[in-house]
Amino acid sequence: MNLPPLPDDAVVIGAHASDWRAAVREAGRALTRSGSTRAEYADRMVAVIEEFGAYVVIAPGLALAHARPGPDVRREGIAVVTLAEPVPFGHPHNDPVRVVVGLAVSNAEEHVASVATLANVFNDPHAVGRIARAGDAAEVRGLLGLEAAA
Amino acid sequence: MKIVAVCGAGIGTSAILKVNAERALERLELSADVDASDLAGVAVAAADAQVILTSTELSGAVREAIGRSYTEVVEVVNYFDVDEITRLLERSLG
Repeated sequence: MNLPPLPDDAVVIGAHASDWRAAVREAGRALTRSGSTRAEYADRMVAVIEEFGAYVVIAPGLALAHARPGPDVRREGIAVVTLAEPVPFGHPHNDPVRVVVGLAVSNAEEHVASVATLANVFNDPHAVGRIARAGDAAEVRGLLGLEAAA
Repeated sequence: MKIVAVCGAGIGTSAILKVNAERALERLELSADVDASDLAGVAVAAADAQVILTSTELSGAVREAIGRSYTEVVEVVNYFDVDEITRLLERSLG
């Protein structure tokens, strides 16, 4: 299984977020716009960080915002938000965040293969910087190796 | 040998950790099963595991969840840095 497509409306370039909640909600809106989730999914992504801390900042400058599968996930989806100003999430090593990847999956088992594809991209330590500097959605898709439509 | 990758929600981050831990094991020429788990399920998932991989933020909660155990809890900073994960696993398993 490959990663879901990344349509234009699931990408936000140069977003202004005043804090980490705003940055995560931006990714939530992008997932909702692209038809992957209902609006409530953003609340659950924020709640995961409120409950467990900033562990979602899994590499320098990169947050993988996500929540468990639920009725607010319509279909598996991915969204990418680049931030105009880096935002601290409260991570001891990997702050501040420049790129938020939003992930919604409908089944916890099925998504491991698609996440492996994401790992291939980010195993390159320069990938986060390149995505943070991308000028448009097409460039982000190119860097992630994703398609615009299924 | 068994390794468990743990994150809060049990999807996404733990899956990335699982994939990169498998890559690290390949480099070390070690064979082990790597499972992904959420925090709620870690006590069961890690009952017969040698190593739990997680982030610094979650390590306290993981230690609390598994209670008295011989399983080592290893904190990973960069989930995509296979070099770091290789180093950590080599120290724990080597």
